[in-house]
Amino acid sequence: MRRMSGFNVVSLTFGLAFLYLPMLILVIYSFNSSKLVTVWAGFSTKWYGELLHNEAFLDAALVTLKVGAISSTLATVLGTMAAFLLVRLGRFSGRTLFSGMIYAPLVMPDVITGLSLLLLFIGINMDRGITTIVLAHTTFAMCYVSVVVSSRLSSFDTSLEEAALDLGCTPWSAFRLVTLPIIAPAVISGWLLAFTLSLDDLVIASFTAGPSSTTLPMKIFSAVRLGVSPEINALSTLMIGIVAFGVVIFSIMSKRNTALKLQEERDAVDGRT
Amino acid sequence: MRRLALILIPYLWLIALFLIPFVIVIKISLSDVALARPPYFPQLDLTEGFTGIKAFFSELDFENFTFLTTDDLYWKAYLSSLKIAGISTILTLLIGYPIAYGMASARPEWRATLMMLVILPFWTSFLIRVYSWIGILSQGGLLNTFLLWLGVINEPLTILNTEIAVYIGIVYTYLPFMILPIYANLEKLDGSLLEAAEDLGCSRTSAFWLVTVPLSKSGIIAGCFLVFIPAIGEFVIPSLLGGSQTLMIGKVLYEEFFSNRDWPVASAVAVVLLVILIIPIILFQRNEQKNREASQ
Repeated sequence: MRRMSGFNVVSLTFGLAFLYLPMLILVIYSFNSSKLVTVWAGFSTKWYGELLHNEAFLDAALVTLKVGAISSTLATVLGTMAAFLLVRLGRFSGRTLFSGMIYAPLVMPDVITGLSLLLLFIGINMDRGITTIVLAHTTFAMCYVSVVVSSRLSSFDTSLEEAALDLGCTPWSAFRLVTLPIIAPAVISGWLLAFTLSLDDLVIASFTAGPSSTTLPMKIFSAVRLGVSPEINALSTLMIGIVAFGVVIFSIMSKRNTALKLQEERDAVDGRT
Repeated sequence: MRRLALILIPYLWLIALFLIPFVIVIKISLSDVALARPPYFPQLDLTEGFTGIKAFFSELDFENFTFLTTDDLYWKAYLSSLKIAGISTILTLLIGYPIAYGMASARPEWRATLMMLVILPFWTSFLIRVYSWIGILSQGGLLNTFLLWLGVINEPLTILNTEIAVYIGIVYTYLPFMILPIYANLEKLDGSLLEAAEDLGCSRTSAFWLVTVPLSKSGIIAGCFLVFIPAIGEFVIPSLLGGSQTLMIGKVLYEEFFSNRDWPVASAVAVVLLVILIIPIILFQRNEQKNREASQ
Protein backbone atom coordinates (compact mmCIF):
# COMPACT_ATOMS: atom_id res chain seq x y z
CA MET A 1 0.00 0.00 0.00
CA ARG A 2 1.25 3.44 -0.74
CA ARG A 3 0.12 7.02 -1.28
CA MET A 4 -1.87 8.94 1.26
CA SER A 5 -4.63 10.38 -0.88
CA GLY A 6 -7.00 13.11 0.19
CA PHE A 7 -9.74 10.53 0.58
CA ASN A 8 -7.68 8.58 3.10
CA VAL A 9 -6.92 11.67 5.16
CA VAL A 10 -10.61 12.55 5.25
CA SER A 11 -11.75 9.05 6.22
CA LEU A 12 -9.11 8.79 8.94
CA THR A 13 -9.99 12.20 10.34
CA PHE A 14 -13.70 11.47 10.37
CA GLY A 15 -13.15 7.99 11.76
CA LEU A 16 -11.03 9.15 14.66
CA ALA A 17 -13.35 12.09 15.30
CA PHE A 18 -16.28 9.66 15.47
CA LEU A 19 -14.37 7.48 17.94
CA TYR A 20 -13.22 10.28 20.18
CA LEU A 21 -15.74 13.14 19.98
CA PRO A 22 -18.40 11.54 22.22
CA MET A 23 -15.85 10.93 24.95
CA LEU A 24 -14.35 14.38 24.52
CA ILE A 25 -17.80 15.94 24.92
CA LEU A 26 -18.32 13.90 28.08
CA VAL A 27 -15.03 15.18 29.50
CA ILE A 28 -15.82 18.80 28.63
CA TYR A 29 -19.31 18.68 30.11
CA SER A 30 -18.05 17.15 33.34
CA PHE A 31 -16.62 20.61 34.05
CA ASN A 32 -19.91 22.36 33.35
CA SER A 33 -21.37 24.05 36.38
CA SER A 34 -24.94 23.69 35.08
CA LYS A 35 -26.87 20.52 35.65
CA LEU A 36 -28.24 20.69 32.09
CA VAL A 37 -26.26 18.97 29.40
CA THR A 38 -26.69 21.46 26.60
CA VAL A 39 -26.25 24.68 28.51
CA TRP A 40 -22.71 25.72 29.25
CA ALA A 41 -22.78 27.76 32.43
CA GLY A 42 -19.11 28.15 33.14
CA PHE A 43 -16.20 26.07 34.35
CA SER A 44 -16.56 24.26 37.63
CA THR A 45 -15.19 21.20 39.37
CA LYS A 46 -18.11 20.90 41.78
CA TRP A 47 -19.32 17.57 40.34
CA TYR A 48 -15.98 16.02 41.23
CA GLY A 49 -16.41 17.27 44.78
CA GLU A 50 -19.89 15.79 44.98
CA LEU A 51 -18.61 12.54 43.56
CA LEU A 52 -15.99 12.28 46.28
CA HIS A 53 -18.68 12.70 48.91
CA ASN A 54 -21.02 10.16 47.36
CA GLU A 55 -20.44 7.14 49.55
CA ALA A 56 -22.53 4.80 47.41
CA PHE A 57 -20.22 5.41 44.44
CA LEU A 58 -17.08 5.06 46.55
CA ASP A 59 -18.30 1.78 48.02
CA ALA A 60 -19.18 0.46 44.58
CA ALA A 61 -15.76 1.51 43.25
CA LEU A 62 -14.10 -0.35 46.09
CA VAL A 63 -16.12 -3.51 45.40
CA THR A 64 -15.27 -3.26 41.69
CA LEU A 65 -11.54 -2.86 42.31
CA LYS A 66 -11.55 -5.74 44.78
CA VAL A 67 -13.40 -8.03 42.38
CA GLY A 68 -11.19 -6.92 39.50
CA ALA A 69 -7.90 -7.48 41.33
CA ILE A 70 -8.81 -10.91 42.71
CA SER A 71 -10.57 -12.27 39.63
CA SER A 72 -7.95 -11.08 37.15
CA THR A 73 -5.14 -12.61 39.20
CA LEU A 74 -7.00 -15.93 39.51
CA ALA A 75 -7.89 -15.78 35.82
CA THR A 76 -4.26 -15.17 34.87
CA VAL A 77 -3.05 -18.20 36.81
CA LEU A 78 -5.83 -20.46 35.53
CA GLY A 79 -5.67 -19.07 32.00
CA THR A 80 -1.90 -19.59 31.79
CA MET A 81 -2.34 -23.16 33.00
CA ALA A 82 -5.05 -23.66 30.40
CA ALA A 83 -2.77 -22.24 27.70
CA PHE A 84 -0.06 -24.76 28.62
CA LEU A 85 -2.68 -27.48 28.42
CA LEU A 86 -3.75 -26.41 24.95
CA VAL A 87 -0.30 -25.78 23.48
CA ARG A 88 2.04 -28.21 25.21
CA LEU A 89 0.09 -31.28 26.06
CA GLY A 90 -0.78 -32.29 22.52
CA ARG A 91 -3.55 -34.84 22.38
CA PHE A 92 -5.08 -35.91 25.65
CA SER A 93 -8.47 -37.41 26.18
CA GLY A 94 -11.03 -34.67 26.59
CA ARG A 95 -9.00 -32.11 24.68
CA THR A 96 -11.86 -31.26 22.32
CA LEU A 97 -14.18 -30.64 25.24
CA PHE A 98 -11.54 -28.51 26.93
CA SER A 99 -10.82 -26.29 23.94
CA GLY A 100 -14.56 -25.98 23.41
CA MET A 101 -14.98 -24.79 26.99
CA ILE A 102 -12.14 -22.28 26.48
CA TYR A 103 -13.52 -20.78 23.27
CA ALA A 104 -17.26 -20.92 24.00
CA PRO A 105 -17.31 -18.22 26.71
CA LEU A 106 -15.64 -15.81 24.26
CA VAL A 107 -18.70 -15.81 22.03
CA MET A 108 -21.34 -16.51 24.66
CA PRO A 109 -23.70 -13.55 25.20
CA ASP A 110 -23.29 -12.03 28.67
CA VAL A 111 -26.94 -12.57 29.49
CA ILE A 112 -26.57 -16.33 29.06
CA THR A 113 -23.31 -16.57 31.03
CA GLY A 114 -24.85 -14.53 33.83
CA LEU A 115 -28.11 -16.46 33.87
CA SER A 116 -26.42 -19.87 33.91
CA LEU A 117 -24.03 -18.94 36.72
CA LEU A 118 -26.83 -17.47 38.80
CA LEU A 119 -28.85 -20.66 38.40
CA LEU A 120 -25.80 -22.64 39.53
CA PHE A 121 -25.24 -20.47 42.62
CA ILE A 122 -28.88 -20.77 43.57
CA GLY A 123 -28.84 -24.47 42.86
CA ILE A 124 -26.00 -25.07 45.32
CA ASN A 125 -27.43 -22.54 47.77
CA MET A 126 -24.46 -20.24 47.69
CA ASP A 127 -24.93 -16.76 49.13
CA ARG A 128 -24.45 -14.16 46.44
CA GLY A 129 -21.86 -11.47 47.02
CA ILE A 130 -18.33 -10.58 46.12
CA THR A 131 -17.28 -14.24 46.01
CA THR A 132 -19.84 -15.18 43.39
CA ILE A 133 -18.92 -12.19 41.18
CA VAL A 134 -15.25 -13.16 41.50
CA LEU A 135 -16.02 -16.74 40.49
CA ALA A 136 -18.04 -15.57 37.50
CA HIS A 137 -15.45 -13.05 36.32
CA THR A 138 -12.59 -15.48 36.78
CA THR A 139 -14.36 -18.03 34.63
CA PHE A 140 -14.90 -15.89 31.57
CA ALA A 141 -11.68 -13.90 31.93
CA MET A 142 -9.48 -17.02 32.14
CA CYS A 143 -10.61 -17.92 28.63
CA TYR A 144 -9.39 -14.57 27.28
CA VAL A 145 -6.10 -14.95 29.17
CA SER A 146 -5.54 -18.42 27.79
CA VAL A 147 -6.11 -17.22 24.22
CA VAL A 148 -3.57 -14.40 24.68
CA VAL A 149 -0.98 -16.59 26.43
CA SER A 150 -1.35 -19.57 24.11
CA SER A 151 -0.67 -17.45 21.03
CA ARG A 152 2.63 -16.47 22.64
CA LEU A 153 3.38 -20.01 23.82
CA SER A 154 2.89 -21.54 20.39
CA SER A 155 5.74 -19.41 19.01
CA PHE A 156 7.94 -20.27 21.99
CA ASP A 157 11.18 -22.16 21.28
CA THR A 158 11.00 -25.23 23.54
CA SER A 159 14.72 -25.95 23.11
CA LEU A 160 15.41 -23.11 25.57
CA GLU A 161 13.50 -24.99 28.22
CA GLU A 162 15.20 -28.25 27.31
CA ALA A 163 18.59 -26.55 27.63
CA ALA A 164 17.68 -25.35 31.13
CA LEU A 165 16.59 -28.87 32.08
CA ASP A 166 19.81 -30.35 30.66
CA LEU A 167 21.82 -27.88 32.70
CA GLY A 168 20.22 -29.19 35.89
CA CYS A 169 17.14 -27.03 36.40
CA THR A 170 14.12 -28.64 37.96
CA PRO A 171 11.00 -28.33 35.78
CA TRP A 172 9.61 -25.70 38.13
CA SER A 173 12.74 -23.55 38.14
CA ALA A 174 13.06 -23.94 34.35
CA PHE A 175 9.54 -22.57 34.13
CA ARG A 176 10.29 -19.75 36.55
CA LEU A 177 13.69 -18.75 35.14
CA VAL A 178 13.25 -19.39 31.42
CA THR A 179 9.65 -19.79 30.29
CA LEU A 180 7.94 -17.23 32.49
CA PRO A 181 10.24 -14.30 31.64
CA ILE A 182 9.75 -15.00 27.94
CA ILE A 183 5.95 -15.28 28.05
CA ALA A 184 5.70 -12.47 30.66
CA PRO A 185 4.49 -9.79 28.20
CA ALA A 186 1.58 -12.04 27.18
CA VAL A 187 0.82 -12.90 30.81
CA ILE A 188 0.81 -9.21 31.74
CA SER A 189 -1.42 -8.24 28.86
CA GLY A 190 -3.66 -11.17 29.80
CA TRP A 191 -3.92 -9.82 33.34
CA LEU A 192 -4.66 -6.30 32.08
CA LEU A 193 -7.32 -7.65 29.73
CA ALA A 194 -8.90 -9.69 32.54
CA PHE A 195 -8.84 -6.67 34.85
CA THR A 196 -10.44 -4.41 32.24
CA LEU A 197 -13.11 -6.99 31.42
CA SER A 198 -13.95 -7.30 35.10
CA LEU A 199 -14.11 -3.53 35.68
CA ASP A 200 -16.27 -3.20 32.60
CA ASP A 201 -18.77 -5.95 33.15
CA LEU A 202 -22.34 -5.00 33.92
CA VAL A 203 -24.52 -7.91 32.89
CA ILE A 204 -22.75 -10.86 34.49
CA ALA A 205 -22.22 -8.88 37.69
CA SER A 206 -25.91 -7.93 37.89
CA PHE A 207 -26.87 -11.58 37.68
CA THR A 208 -24.34 -12.86 40.19
CA ALA A 209 -24.21 -9.97 42.69
CA GLY A 210 -25.95 -10.04 46.01
CA PRO A 211 -27.81 -7.16 47.63
CA SER A 212 -24.71 -5.90 49.45
CA SER A 213 -22.26 -6.10 46.59
CA THR A 214 -23.10 -3.50 43.96
CA THR A 215 -20.31 -2.88 41.47
CA LEU A 216 -19.55 0.45 39.85
CA PRO A 217 -20.99 -0.46 36.42
CA MET A 218 -24.23 -1.54 38.14
CA LYS A 219 -24.34 1.77 39.99
CA ILE A 220 -23.62 3.74 36.80
CA PHE A 221 -26.23 1.77 34.88
CA SER A 222 -29.01 2.43 37.36
CA ALA A 223 -28.05 6.13 37.47
CA VAL A 224 -27.92 6.68 33.71
CA ARG A 225 -31.21 4.92 33.05
CA LEU A 226 -32.73 8.13 34.37
CA GLY A 227 -30.76 10.20 31.85
CA VAL A 228 -27.58 12.23 31.78
CA SER A 229 -26.11 13.26 35.10
CA PRO A 230 -23.10 15.54 35.58
CA GLU A 231 -21.81 13.35 38.38
CA ILE A 232 -21.60 10.37 36.03
CA ASN A 233 -19.82 12.64 33.54
CA ALA A 234 -17.23 13.42 36.20
CA LEU A 235 -16.87 9.75 37.07
CA SER A 236 -16.50 8.85 33.38
CA THR A 237 -13.84 11.51 32.95
CA LEU A 238 -11.87 10.06 35.85
CA MET A 239 -12.12 6.57 34.37
CA ILE A 240 -11.13 7.75 30.87
CA GLY A 241 -8.25 9.70 32.42
CA ILE A 242 -6.95 6.67 34.30
CA VAL A 243 -7.04 4.50 31.17
CA ALA A 244 -5.36 7.16 29.02
CA PHE A 245 -2.68 7.67 31.66
CA GLY A 246 -2.07 3.92 31.91
CA VAL A 247 -1.80 3.50 28.16
CA VAL A 248 0.61 6.42 27.81
CA ILE A 249 2.84 5.08 30.61
CA PHE A 250 2.71 1.60 29.10
CA SER A 251 3.67 2.79 25.63
CA ILE A 252 6.50 4.99 26.96
CA MET A 253 7.83 2.03 28.92
CA SER A 254 7.69 -0.35 25.99
CA LYS A 255 9.33 2.26 23.75
CA ARG A 256 12.12 2.71 26.28
CA ASN A 257 12.51 -1.07 26.46
CA THR A 258 12.92 -1.35 22.69
CA ALA A 259 15.36 1.58 22.72
CA LEU A 260 17.38 -0.09 25.47
CA LYS A 261 17.45 -3.36 23.57
CA LEU A 262 18.60 -1.59 20.41
CA GLN A 263 21.31 0.19 22.42
CA GLU A 264 22.48 -3.11 23.91
CA GLU A 265 22.63 -4.70 20.48
CA ARG A 266 24.59 -1.74 19.14
CA ASP A 267 26.99 -1.90 22.10
CA ALA A 268 27.46 -5.60 21.52
CA VAL A 269 28.28 -4.98 17.87
CA ASP A 270 30.64 -2.12 18.78
CA GLY A 271 32.36 -4.27 21.38
CA ARG A 272 33.02 -6.93 18.79
CA THR A 273 34.57 -4.65 16.19
CA MET B 1 1.61 -35.51 39.87
CA ARG B 2 2.26 -31.91 38.99
CA ARG B 3 1.21 -32.60 35.41
CA LEU B 4 -2.07 -34.04 36.65
CA ALA B 5 -2.73 -30.93 38.76
CA LEU B 6 -1.98 -28.76 35.74
CA ILE B 7 -4.61 -30.62 33.76
CA LEU B 8 -7.18 -31.02 36.49
CA ILE B 9 -7.39 -27.53 37.97
CA PRO B 10 -8.43 -25.53 34.87
CA TYR B 11 -10.39 -28.49 33.56
CA LEU B 12 -12.48 -28.95 36.69
CA TRP B 13 -12.91 -25.19 37.06
CA LEU B 14 -14.47 -24.92 33.62
CA ILE B 15 -16.63 -27.99 34.11
CA ALA B 16 -17.95 -26.66 37.42
CA LEU B 17 -18.46 -23.05 36.35
CA PHE B 18 -19.18 -23.31 32.65
CA LEU B 19 -20.50 -26.73 31.68
CA ILE B 20 -22.64 -27.55 34.72
CA PRO B 21 -24.36 -24.12 34.80
CA PHE B 22 -25.15 -24.64 31.18
CA VAL B 23 -26.69 -28.05 31.80
CA ILE B 24 -28.76 -26.44 34.56
CA VAL B 25 -30.09 -23.86 32.08
CA ILE B 26 -31.16 -26.61 29.70
CA LYS B 27 -32.75 -28.53 32.56
CA ILE B 28 -34.71 -25.55 33.85
CA SER B 29 -35.83 -24.67 30.33
CA LEU B 30 -37.59 -28.05 30.33
CA SER B 31 -39.18 -27.57 33.76
CA ASP B 32 -42.41 -25.93 34.83
CA VAL B 33 -42.85 -22.68 36.72
CA ALA B 34 -43.61 -23.18 40.40
CA LEU B 35 -44.60 -20.72 43.07
CA ALA B 36 -41.73 -21.76 45.24
CA ARG B 37 -38.12 -20.91 45.77
CA PRO B 38 -36.38 -21.67 43.48
CA PRO B 39 -39.39 -20.97 41.28
CA TYR B 40 -39.33 -23.99 39.05
CA PHE B 41 -40.34 -27.61 39.19
CA PRO B 42 -39.28 -30.48 39.34
CA GLN B 43 -36.32 -30.71 41.67
CA LEU B 44 -34.02 -33.66 41.31
CA ASP B 45 -34.47 -35.70 44.49
CA LEU B 46 -31.63 -38.19 44.72
CA THR B 47 -32.78 -39.57 48.05
CA GLU B 48 -35.59 -41.42 46.32
CA GLY B 49 -33.15 -43.34 44.17
CA PHE B 50 -34.15 -44.55 40.75
CA THR B 51 -37.84 -43.67 41.07
CA GLY B 52 -36.82 -40.13 41.92
CA ILE B 53 -34.72 -39.89 38.76
CA LYS B 54 -37.53 -41.41 36.69
CA ALA B 55 -40.08 -38.99 38.15
CA PHE B 56 -37.64 -36.16 37.44
CA PHE B 57 -37.30 -37.01 33.77
CA SER B 58 -40.99 -37.66 33.25
CA GLU B 59 -41.76 -34.15 34.47
CA LEU B 60 -39.53 -32.52 31.85
CA ASP B 61 -41.22 -31.30 28.70
CA PHE B 62 -40.90 -28.81 25.87
CA GLU B 63 -43.80 -26.66 27.05
CA ASN B 64 -41.64 -23.54 27.41
CA PHE B 65 -40.35 -23.89 23.89
CA THR B 66 -43.87 -24.24 22.49
CA PHE B 67 -44.76 -21.18 24.55
CA LEU B 68 -41.98 -19.25 22.79
CA THR B 69 -43.56 -20.01 19.43
CA THR B 70 -47.10 -19.08 20.45
CA ASP B 71 -46.32 -15.71 22.04
CA ASP B 72 -45.17 -13.48 19.20
CA LEU B 73 -43.10 -11.27 21.55
CA TYR B 74 -40.31 -13.84 21.44
CA TRP B 75 -39.98 -14.64 17.77
CA LYS B 76 -40.38 -10.95 16.97
CA ALA B 77 -37.54 -10.23 19.40
CA TYR B 78 -35.32 -12.89 17.80
CA LEU B 79 -36.05 -11.58 14.31
CA SER B 80 -35.52 -7.97 15.26
CA SER B 81 -32.23 -8.83 17.03
CA LEU B 82 -31.03 -10.49 13.83
CA LYS B 83 -32.20 -7.52 11.77
CA ILE B 84 -30.61 -4.92 14.05
CA ALA B 85 -27.36 -6.90 14.27
CA GLY B 86 -27.31 -7.38 10.48
CA ILE B 87 -27.94 -3.74 9.59
CA SER B 88 -25.42 -2.52 12.17
CA THR B 89 -22.82 -4.94 10.82
CA ILE B 90 -23.24 -3.54 7.31
CA LEU B 91 -23.05 0.04 8.63
CA THR B 92 -19.93 -0.80 10.66
CA LEU B 93 -18.32 -2.28 7.56
CA LEU B 94 -19.13 0.80 5.48
CA ILE B 95 -17.62 3.08 8.12
CA GLY B 96 -14.79 0.80 9.21
CA TYR B 97 -13.40 -0.15 5.81
CA PRO B 98 -12.34 3.37 4.75
CA ILE B 99 -10.71 3.88 8.16
CA ALA B 100 -8.77 0.60 7.90
CA TYR B 101 -7.82 1.53 4.33
CA GLY B 102 -6.62 4.94 5.46
CA MET B 103 -4.55 3.36 8.25
CA ALA B 104 -2.95 0.88 5.87
CA SER B 105 -1.97 3.59 3.43
CA ALA B 106 -0.55 5.88 6.11
CA ARG B 107 3.22 6.11 6.41
CA PRO B 108 4.67 3.15 8.37
CA GLU B 109 5.89 5.32 11.25
CA TRP B 110 2.31 6.53 11.76
CA ARG B 111 0.68 3.12 11.73
CA ALA B 112 1.51 2.08 15.28
CA THR B 113 0.04 5.32 16.63
CA LEU B 114 -3.10 5.00 14.51
CA MET B 115 -3.48 1.42 15.65
CA MET B 116 -3.21 2.52 19.29
CA LEU B 117 -5.80 5.25 18.70
CA VAL B 118 -8.25 2.67 17.35
CA ILE B 119 -7.64 0.21 20.21
CA LEU B 120 -7.67 2.79 23.01
CA PRO B 121 -11.47 3.20 23.17
CA PHE B 122 -11.70 -0.56 23.66
CA TRP B 123 -9.89 -0.19 27.00
CA THR B 124 -12.30 2.45 28.25
CA SER B 125 -15.55 1.35 29.78
CA PHE B 126 -18.12 0.02 27.34
CA LEU B 127 -20.92 1.37 29.50
CA ILE B 128 -19.46 4.88 29.45
CA ARG B 129 -19.00 4.80 25.69
CA VAL B 130 -22.68 3.92 25.28
CA TYR B 131 -23.70 6.48 27.88
CA SER B 132 -21.80 9.26 26.08
CA TRP B 133 -24.37 9.09 23.26
CA ILE B 134 -27.35 9.80 25.52
CA GLY B 135 -26.30 13.43 25.93
CA ILE B 136 -25.63 13.77 22.22
CA LEU B 137 -28.79 12.17 20.85
CA SER B 138 -31.45 13.27 23.32
CA GLN B 139 -34.19 15.71 22.34
CA GLY B 140 -32.42 18.70 23.84
CA GLY B 141 -29.05 17.11 23.18
CA LEU B 142 -25.98 18.43 21.41
CA LEU B 143 -26.76 17.00 17.98
CA ASN B 144 -30.22 18.59 17.89
CA THR B 145 -28.88 21.87 19.23
CA PHE B 146 -26.20 21.87 16.56
CA LEU B 147 -28.60 21.02 13.72
CA LEU B 148 -31.10 23.64 14.88
CA TRP B 149 -28.32 26.20 15.03
CA LEU B 150 -27.26 25.29 11.49
CA GLY B 151 -30.86 25.66 10.38
CA VAL B 152 -30.97 22.18 8.84
CA ILE B 153 -34.03 21.28 10.91
CA ASN B 154 -36.76 23.38 12.46
CA GLU B 155 -37.69 21.20 15.36
CA PRO B 156 -35.64 18.66 17.33
CA LEU B 157 -35.48 15.12 15.93
CA THR B 158 -36.32 12.16 18.09
CA ILE B 159 -33.28 9.91 17.86
CA LEU B 160 -32.74 8.67 21.38
CA ASN B 161 -35.01 5.73 22.31
CA THR B 162 -35.38 4.64 18.69
CA GLU B 163 -33.74 1.91 16.66
CA ILE B 164 -31.51 4.49 14.98
CA ALA B 165 -29.87 5.22 18.33
CA VAL B 166 -29.28 1.47 18.78
CA TYR B 167 -27.59 1.32 15.36
CA ILE B 168 -25.38 4.26 16.28
CA GLY B 169 -24.50 2.65 19.61
CA ILE B 170 -23.57 -0.70 18.06
CA VAL B 171 -21.53 0.87 15.24
CA TYR B 172 -19.70 3.09 17.71
CA THR B 173 -18.82 0.44 20.28
CA TYR B 174 -17.95 -2.36 17.86
CA LEU B 175 -16.08 -0.29 15.26
CA PRO B 176 -12.58 -1.36 16.44
CA PHE B 177 -13.57 -5.03 15.99
CA MET B 178 -14.28 -4.29 12.32
CA ILE B 179 -11.27 -2.07 11.66
CA LEU B 180 -8.55 -4.29 13.13
CA PRO B 181 -8.99 -7.51 11.10
CA ILE B 182 -9.48 -5.53 7.86
CA TYR B 183 -6.40 -3.42 8.62
CA ALA B 184 -4.36 -6.57 9.36
CA ASN B 185 -5.34 -7.81 5.92
CA LEU B 186 -4.78 -4.58 4.01
CA GLU B 187 -1.42 -3.95 5.65
CA LYS B 188 -0.05 -7.17 4.14
CA LEU B 189 -1.40 -6.31 0.70
CA ASP B 190 1.35 -6.20 -1.90
CA GLY B 191 1.35 -2.73 -3.51
CA SER B 192 2.91 -4.07 -6.69
CA LEU B 193 -0.32 -5.96 -7.41
CA LEU B 194 -2.15 -2.64 -7.62
CA GLU B 195 0.59 -1.19 -9.82
CA ALA B 196 0.36 -4.20 -12.09
CA ALA B 197 -3.41 -3.75 -12.33
CA GLU B 198 -2.98 -0.10 -13.21
CA ASP B 199 -0.26 -0.88 -15.75
CA LEU B 200 -2.62 -3.33 -17.37
CA GLY B 201 -5.15 -0.57 -17.86
CA CYS B 202 -7.29 -0.71 -14.71
CA SER B 203 -8.48 2.62 -13.40
CA ARG B 204 -7.67 3.19 -9.70
CA THR B 205 -11.29 2.64 -8.76
CA SER B 206 -11.62 -0.61 -10.61
CA ALA B 207 -8.22 -1.76 -9.29
CA PHE B 208 -9.66 -1.17 -5.82
CA TRP B 209 -12.77 -3.26 -6.51
CA LEU B 210 -10.98 -5.98 -8.49
CA VAL B 211 -7.78 -6.33 -6.42
CA THR B 212 -7.94 -4.71 -2.99
CA VAL B 213 -11.43 -5.76 -1.94
CA PRO B 214 -11.13 -9.45 -2.97
CA LEU B 215 -7.73 -9.69 -1.25
CA SER B 216 -9.13 -8.27 1.98
CA LYS B 217 -12.17 -10.57 1.89
CA SER B 218 -11.14 -12.72 4.85
CA GLY B 219 -10.60 -9.61 6.98
CA ILE B 220 -14.02 -8.32 5.99
CA ILE B 221 -15.66 -11.63 6.88
CA ALA B 222 -13.85 -11.85 10.22
CA GLY B 223 -14.77 -8.26 11.09
CA CYS B 224 -18.42 -8.80 10.18
CA PHE B 225 -18.72 -11.86 12.41
CA LEU B 226 -16.91 -10.11 15.28
CA VAL B 227 -19.60 -7.42 15.15
CA PHE B 228 -22.62 -9.54 14.23
CA ILE B 229 -22.24 -12.31 16.85
CA PRO B 230 -22.03 -10.17 20.00
CA ALA B 231 -24.55 -7.64 18.64
CA ILE B 232 -27.32 -10.27 18.57
CA GLY B 233 -27.24 -10.86 22.31
CA GLU B 234 -26.55 -7.22 23.21
CA PHE B 235 -28.25 -5.92 26.34
CA VAL B 236 -26.69 -2.60 27.40
CA ILE B 237 -27.11 -0.75 24.09
CA PRO B 238 -30.82 -1.46 23.52
CA SER B 239 -31.68 -0.79 27.14
CA LEU B 240 -29.87 2.57 27.30
CA LEU B 241 -30.31 3.93 23.78
CA GLY B 242 -33.32 2.00 22.49
CA GLY B 243 -36.91 2.72 23.40
CA SER B 244 -39.56 0.48 24.86
CA GLN B 245 -40.52 -0.63 21.34
CA THR B 246 -36.96 -1.67 20.45
CA LEU B 247 -37.05 -5.43 20.80
CA MET B 248 -33.81 -7.27 21.31
CA ILE B 249 -33.60 -10.75 22.73
CA GLY B 250 -30.90 -9.95 25.31
CA LYS B 251 -33.18 -7.34 26.82
CA VAL B 252 -36.20 -9.68 26.71
CA LEU B 253 -34.24 -12.39 28.51
CA TYR B 254 -33.05 -9.98 31.20
CA GLU B 255 -36.56 -8.68 31.82
CA GLU B 256 -38.12 -12.14 31.71
CA PHE B 257 -35.75 -13.12 34.48
CA PHE B 258 -35.70 -10.05 36.69
CA SER B 259 -39.13 -8.52 36.16
CA ASN B 260 -41.35 -11.50 35.39
CA ARG B 261 -39.30 -13.96 37.43
CA ASP B 262 -40.20 -16.67 34.95
CA TRP B 263 -37.01 -18.71 35.11
CA PRO B 264 -38.06 -21.61 32.88
CA VAL B 265 -39.07 -19.28 30.04
CA ALA B 266 -35.91 -17.17 30.48
CA SER B 267 -33.86 -20.37 30.25
CA ALA B 268 -35.72 -21.48 27.13
CA VAL B 269 -35.06 -18.04 25.58
CA ALA B 270 -31.35 -18.51 26.34
CA VAL B 271 -31.24 -22.00 24.80
CA VAL B 272 -32.91 -20.84 21.57
CA LEU B 273 -30.58 -17.82 21.40
CA LEU B 274 -27.58 -20.15 21.58
CA VAL B 275 -28.98 -22.38 18.86
CA ILE B 276 -29.34 -19.29 16.65
CA LEU B 277 -25.77 -18.21 17.43
CA ILE B 278 -24.23 -21.58 16.59
CA ILE B 279 -24.52 -21.06 12.80
CA PRO B 280 -22.58 -17.76 12.60
CA ILE B 281 -20.05 -19.06 15.13
CA ILE B 282 -19.32 -22.16 13.04
CA LEU B 283 -19.03 -20.06 9.87
CA PHE B 284 -16.66 -17.68 11.68
CA GLN B 285 -14.43 -20.54 12.86
CA ARG B 286 -14.32 -21.97 9.31
CA ASN B 287 -13.17 -18.59 8.03
CA GLU B 288 -10.48 -18.35 10.73
CA GLN B 289 -9.25 -21.86 9.96
CA LYS B 290 -9.05 -21.07 6.25
CA ASN B 291 -6.99 -17.97 7.03
CA ARG B 292 -4.64 -19.92 9.23
CA GLU B 293 -4.10 -22.52 6.51
CA ALA B 294 -3.61 -19.80 3.89
CA SER B 295 -1.00 -18.01 6.00
CA GLN B 296 1.04 -21.15 6.55
